[in-house]
This record gives sequence, structure tokens and C-alpha cells, in this order.
Amino acid sequence: MKKKTPLGIAYTALILILLYAPIIVMIIFSFNSSRSTSVMTGFSLKWYRDLLYDSEIIKALYHSLIIAFLSASISTVLGTMACVGIERMTKKSAKSLLMNVTNIPMMNPDIVTGISMLLLFTFSGLILKKSDVLGFWTLLITHITFNLPYVILSILPKLRQMDAYLSEAAYDLGCTPAKAFFKVVLPSIKTGIISGFLMAITLSIDDFVISYFVTGSSWQTLPVKIYSMTKRFDPTVYALSTTVFFAILILLILKNFFQSKSEKRSIRGEKTE
Amino acid sequence: MKKNSLLSKLISAPHIVWAAIFIVVPLVMVVYYAFTDRNGDFTVENIKAMGYYTYVNVFLRSLWYGIIVTVICLVIAYPFAYVISNLAPKTQGTMVMLIMLPMWMSLLLRTYSIMALISDTGIINSFLEAVGIGRIKMINTPFAVILGMVYDFLPFMILPVYSAMTKMDVSLIETAYDLGANKRNVFLKVIIPLSRSGIVSGATMVFVPSVSTFFISQRLGGSKTALIGEIIESLFVKNNNPHLGSAISLVLMVLILICMFVMNRFGDEEEGAVMI
Repeated sequence: MKKKTPLGIAYTALILILLYAPIIVMIIFSFNSSRSTSVMTGFSLKWYRDLLYDSEIIKALYHSLIIAFLSASISTVLGTMACVGIERMTKKSAKSLLMNVTNIPMMNPDIVTGISMLLLFTFSGLILKKSDVLGFWTLLITHITFNLPYVILSILPKLRQMDAYLSEAAYDLGCTPAKAFFKVVLPSIKTGIISGFLMAITLSIDDFVISYFVTGSSWQTLPVKIYSMTKRFDPTVYALSTTVFFAILILLILKNFFQSKSEKRSIRGEKTE
Repeated sequence: MKKNSLLSKLISAPHIVWAAIFIVVPLVMVVYYAFTDRNGDFTVENIKAMGYYTYVNVFLRSLWYGIIVTVICLVIAYPFAYVISNLAPKTQGTMVMLIMLPMWMSLLLRTYSIMALISDTGIINSFLEAVGIGRIKMINTPFAVILGMVYDFLPFMILPVYSAMTKMDVSLIETAYDLGANKRNVFLKVIIPLSRSGIVSGATMVFVPSVSTFFISQRLGGSKTALIGEIIESLFVKNNNPHLGSAISLVLMVLILICMFVMNRFGDEEEGAVMI
């Protein structure tokens, strides 16, 4: 069934070219010496210098990274605990209710999640008589909330795959529940926890729509900052995009490199066994 | 054993409390705001306003754009996913990486790149002018909005369809050929039904953000192609009318839930039929 028709290859190439054309145009014009987006007037690193000296962007990047790291860490801990509890829940109806509620932020359009959180925060602001509730804390709470379903979805299957007798054996051998968890359960769901954490980091860094509604002027993340930059034409956005593009490219290559390395190692390990 | 079950209830308690406060309460808030006015009195005016010509129009336009974008993405993505699923495993990995790379770039930046490409003084128009065809108005048209959405959301369709195709049992296709099916029948009766789950999840992942986006239509569409997301955004951020905004959000939420329910139903049924 290995069919390599020239037509298929040509089609694939065409789609890839279309997918990358806007990005490539952007990369080329980020080195332009003038503001034009249609004529190259000369090579220059002017826009990159502007970007580097733009303290607002650097600050927004720093904000994004802090929120991503904190929200991913907290949602991973909360999510792991939740998974252990959900897995042990005996009532099926309660279990499916909890799962459905947890998945709401994943199913709902981002804009609805955003405005519903905004309503909650402004309402609590009215009760607490504080006018500037929006900022770091509201952003952190919101990011934890929309990360949770993804974390839980990546841990729960691992927990289901685990041999249930393993933790019972640990109890029989005299482990306390806490010790059994850290010595037996945690190692076997480790991969799920790590992938959930990484997923949460990417979701958090990438999110614009939800953050846009719950952020104040005191704590803007990078996507929210980019949004305000794209109102007018500005070549520094080109320089920023190019930087982001290459950063992601390097990360993806590194990830593939380490993945194939560990895969090789595991194959080798199986062979020696 | 009893102590154990108490502990297990306690361990998920933080999450249950969190979900109640930050998932359930905000949704209750949306309903509360949708049915109250500025003084906090009960009213159905906000919901009634949904029947006005402007809002009905915007809803229909958003749904219509969502459907068009989903169909275009599917038509482009399906053959693409099919071709790459038949490549050598190593090339497949590279291809998936090439699809994911633009996806990981911020949606805002990708939309911005389209904006620069098709703007009145952008590279396409400059080229057309140099060739002698003259400039074509592209930005601030429905075409621009749909192009932007297709460009932004295409990877969301390719990846699930591709992953459904890699899970497909190749021997079933071979069996169909052996039993005398022609190419067309194999495609229609074997390959499409087997990849249905991928199509359904891809369609959901494209449809929901297309219907509710506000950024893409704001930047590429101008004022004539206002979509539902834009209206919600302006009611909350600029016009400061969260009551009407909540009512629209509520209707949007219900509409999308219905669409997803129908789509999932469609996927399940067909899968069941194949199983038999």
C-alpha cells in the first residue's frame, strides 16, 4: 500500500509552501532597512535592535514565562491529586459529573471562558470594593483553570494503565498511603505528569483570548502585548515573529533529537534484557 | 479500607473546590448577567435582543463562516494527511514537525503575517501592480477573513485526520481491493469511514475557534464582516455592557454545544456501524 504518486507529493509540497510563504515573507522583511513590506531597500538589523531595546516587550515576555511556569506547576500538582481521587471514586455518576465539569474550559469557546472569568473577578471586585482586581492573580487563577483539564487528561490514562495490585502490594509490605504514592504510583505515572506539565506550559504561553479579558495594565503577557502592537503596522513585530519562529524551530529539533535518542536507548535496553 | 476511601476523597477535594469556584460559578455568572439589567433587576430584554436583525445576521454570518472554513480545511487537509500517512516513518515525523511549527507560533503573529501579505500595499498587490494587472482589494473583505481562518486553523484539521489515518488497519484496505473494490469504492466505503473519528475531532477543533474568533475578523475583515466574537469583545471591553455581552455569549455557548453534540453523534453512529 506504499503509494508515492508524483501528484500527491506535488500537492503536499504546494500546501507546505502556502503554509510557510507568509512566514518566509515576514522573515525576509524583518531584515529590511525601511518600513516597506513590499520592496527590499537593503539589509539591516534595525528592527531587531528596536526589539531588544523595547523594555515593554521584554517585560511582557518575562510576565508570560512566570505565569506559564507557576500555572503549569500548580495545575500539575492539583491535577495529579485530582486524578488519584477520580480514579478511586466509586460512584460512577459523581465521577462522570466531575470529569464533565473539569472539561468545560476545554470544550467552551475561549472567548466565553474569558468573559465568564472576567465576570467572576469584577463581581468579586464589587463585593470586596476593589476597583483594580485584574492583574497577576486573576491571570494566574485563569491559567491554572484552563490548564487543569489538559493535565488531567494526560495523567488519567497512565493511572488507568497502572497495575492496581502494585499499590496494594505496597500497603501489604507496610507502606503508608503517602509512601505508597511516592514510591509506587508516582514513578509509574511520571511520563503522564511530565507531558501534562509541558502541555500546560505551551498552552499558557500561547494563550491570548482568555488572558486578554482577565489581564490588567499592570501585568500584560506577551500575546496581549503583541495584540496591542498589531493595531498599527510595525516592523518590530516582524523581528519578534522571526525570533519566535526560530526559537520554536530549535526547541522542536532538540525535542526530536532527544526523543529519538531515548527511543534508541529503550530499544537497546529491551534487546539487552 | 474505609480510611483509605476518606483519604481518596480528600485528595481530590482541592480540585473539586477549584472547579466549583472557577468553572461552575463563572458560568452561573454568565447566566445571571444575561438575565439582569444594570440595576441588578431581572429582565429578559437582553435575550430578546438576540432576535434583532443585526444580531441574527451576525450569528448567521459567524456560523456560515465557521462552516465554510471547516469544509475548506477538510478538503485541503484530507488528501494532505492521506499522502503523508503513506510516507516512510521518518519522513512522516519531519512532516508532522513541519505542520506543528506554524501551529506553535502565536495565532496573532500568523494572522499578522497574512495581514502584511494581502494589505493594499503588501507584497501581493505590489507584485500585481508591477506585472500590470493593478491592485486588488483583498484586506477588509470576507475573502480575507476566510483566508486568515483557513491559514490559522488548517493544522488543527491536518493533525487529527493524519493520526486517525496512521491508526487505520491497512489490511482492511487490502482486503477491500482483494474483494474487487475499485479505488473509488475503497476510498468512499473503507478509508473515509475508518478516518471518521479524526474528521470529527478536526472539524470541532476548526469550527469552534472559527465561530468565536474576534482577532482574525477584527484585523482582516474591517467593519462589514463583524463576527460574534467581535461583538462580545466590544460589549465587554469598549461599550461596557456585560449584560448584553453575557446574553450573546450564552446563546453562542448553547449553539456550539448543539453543533458539537450533532457532530459527535454523527461520528459515534458511523463508528458503530463500521464496528458491526
